[in-house]
Amino acid sequence: MVNILYFASLRETFGQAQEQVPAQFRTVGELVQSLAERGEQWRTHLLESNAIQVAVNHDIAHRETPIKAGDEVAFFPPVTGG
Amino acid sequence: MSDSQNPFVRVQQDDFDLTTEVNWLRNEHADVGAVVAFVGTVRDINEGDDIQQLELEHYPGMTEKALEAIRQQAHQRWSLESSLIIHRIGKMQPKDQIVLVAVASRHRENAFEASHFIMDYLKTNAPFWKKEWTPEGERWVDARLSDEQAIQRWLKD
Repeated sequence: MVNILYFASLRETFGQAQEQVPAQFRTVGELVQSLAERGEQWRTHLLESNAIQVAVNHDIAHRETPIKAGDEVAFFPPVTGG
Repeated sequence: MSDSQNPFVRVQQDDFDLTTEVNWLRNEHADVGAVVAFVGTVRDINEGDDIQQLELEHYPGMTEKALEAIRQQAHQRWSLESSLIIHRIGKMQPKDQIVLVAVASRHRENAFEASHFIMDYLKTNAPFWKKEWTPEGERWVDARLSDEQAIQRWLKD
C-alpha cells in the first residue's frame, strides 16, 4: 500500500487527511491520474492545479518521481509559514 | 533518529522566550561576537481585513527535515557558530510570536545574512500553512509572490 496525506486546504476540500491506496502506480503522475478520476474536485485540485506540491517520503517530488509500496506521498498547497 | 529531538530545530505549540533562547544558543561559544535574532509575530490585519486569530498547520517529520536542511545550507554558506529555528503551530492571536530565527557568529555580517537567508527559505520551503479568522469567517492564507521572489537574491552568487 501507499500512504497518502493531504494538508491544509486540500485536506478540507477532499474531506480527509490520510488514506491508503494499493501500490499499483509507478510514479506520482500515475497516482495523480488515478485520483483525478474520482471526480471534478480531485481533477481540479490535483491534476489541473499548477500550484499543488507533492512530497514522497518527506522530500519534494515531481510527477516523474517513482513510488513503491510503503511510501508516504503528501499533497499540499503552497506553503505559508513564517 | 528523530528530527523532533534536534534542539536547533523546534516546532512547538508553546511560546518561546527570546532571552532564554539567545543565551542558550551562545552559551558554549565564547568566540561569538554577534547574535542576530528575527522574531515573526501575528499581525492584526492582512489583505485589508481584521485578523482575530491565526492557526498554523505543519507536516510532522517533513517540516523539521526541511528546516534542518535550510539551517545546514546556511552553515555551509556562511561561517557560523550556531543557529536556531523555533516555529510555533496551533492557534495564535494578534501580537503573539510565531517564529524565531537566531544566528550566532564571530562577526555580524555572517549573522545578518544567514538569518535573512534562513527566513527567506523558511517562507518558501518549509511546509507550514496559515489559516486566519476575519469577521467574515475563516480562510487559508495565499502564498505570496514576493516571498518567492525574495529567495532570488540568494541564487545570484
